Amino acid sequence: MIIYGVMVLGLCMFVGTAIGLTLGILLGIPSDIGGVGFAMLLLVFVTPWVKSKGWLPKASEDGIMFWNAMYIPVVIAMAATQNVAAALSGGWIAFIAGILSVVVCFALIRPLAAMAGAATSSFGDEAESTQS
Amino acid sequence: MNTPFVASLVGDRPLIFAFVVVGLLTWLCFAFSKHITKGRIHGSAVAIIIGLVLAYIGGVSTGGKKGIADIPMFVGFALMGGAMLRDFCIVSTAYGVKLEELKKAGLAGFLSLVIGTALAFVVGVAVAYAFGYRDTASLTTIGAGAVTFIVGPVTGTAVGASSTVIALSVAAGVVKSIAVMILTPFLAKPFGLTNPAAAMVYGGLMGTTSGTAAGLAATDARLVPYGALTATFYTGFGCLVCPSIGFIVMKTIFG
Repeated sequence: MIIYGVMVLGLCMFVGTAIGLTLGILLGIPSDIGGVGFAMLLLVFVTPWVKSKGWLPKASEDGIMFWNAMYIPVVIAMAATQNVAAALSGGWIAFIAGILSVVVCFALIRPLAAMAGAATSSFGDEAESTQS
Repeated sequence: MNTPFVASLVGDRPLIFAFVVVGLLTWLCFAFSKHITKGRIHGSAVAIIIGLVLAYIGGVSTGGKKGIADIPMFVGFALMGGAMLRDFCIVSTAYGVKLEELKKAGLAGFLSLVIGTALAFVVGVAVAYAFGYRDTASLTTIGAGAVTFIVGPVTGTAVGASSTVIALSVAAGVVKSIAVMILTPFLAKPFGLTNPAAAMVYGGLMGTTSGTAAGLAATDARLVPYGALTATFYTGFGCLVCPSIGFIVMKTIFG
């Protein structure tokens, strides 16, 4: 059933965020550290195992794939709720600091990616569709 | 538009209304991408830019902070595009990710996280210094704002910066986030952002979750999980190092 897939996703999110929040408390910061990242790792590690047990049939998988497909619409809604007015009223300091930090970092993608093995990096055949 | 009829029709179903509006927007933007730009600009990129324009209109017309969601009719956007559903969708994109790719780029991803945070901080401090700020708390806070718009106020509060400076740091962070959204689809190819390894590095360098989420969506949805994975550690990492190590370093330099 679809809800099982959604539940697996939700459980991963709660466990991951709990790890992130615990890390935050241990390090004394008012935020979680990589909660979503831990949830993603959990999903990556847990689902192949669950699948191999036959506990994640197509219907359950669809519960995950639905939210996967909703990603771009959600991001569009997110863009529409950004505080763009504040960004544009922050003056030149905000503007230059914001843009410059992006441009400088872009220049570092290539060298660092080469170190990360970009030359042999691929999505593989089982990669998700581009949803275009 | 604000007749009682519309208010009860739309006002009681804000999330559903947001789904419908985003669907319509997506359809228009993908048609625009295909027929007007001949596919040169990705439909998602167009939709995200239009979303930002709508956010600007919402913010200017209401004076609020949540873009179009401050207009009562579009309040559902706040839920649909809020952190809860965004993060839920981000987690779901990890389904089917290649584990070898994550392992292979793991170390470089972490390194890019450290470099990305440090660089953004230094750039922010340098710009603030160039504009005449000299006190350590303000410099540190604006530097942290260039990391992300969450790290800015967290740091500012911790080091006791003025509310004007904290607001400025938020603005710098939002500019960064929007710049990442808009620039990524155009800079991706020339800067080699075309594979999972590069996406992990990119996530660590840029960091801002909303920025990278939208930037990668507008570029190639297959990159999303790899970039999002490292990016989700960025804000927490920034909140950890900026008010502590960042502030100490700043104190030894500026006193």
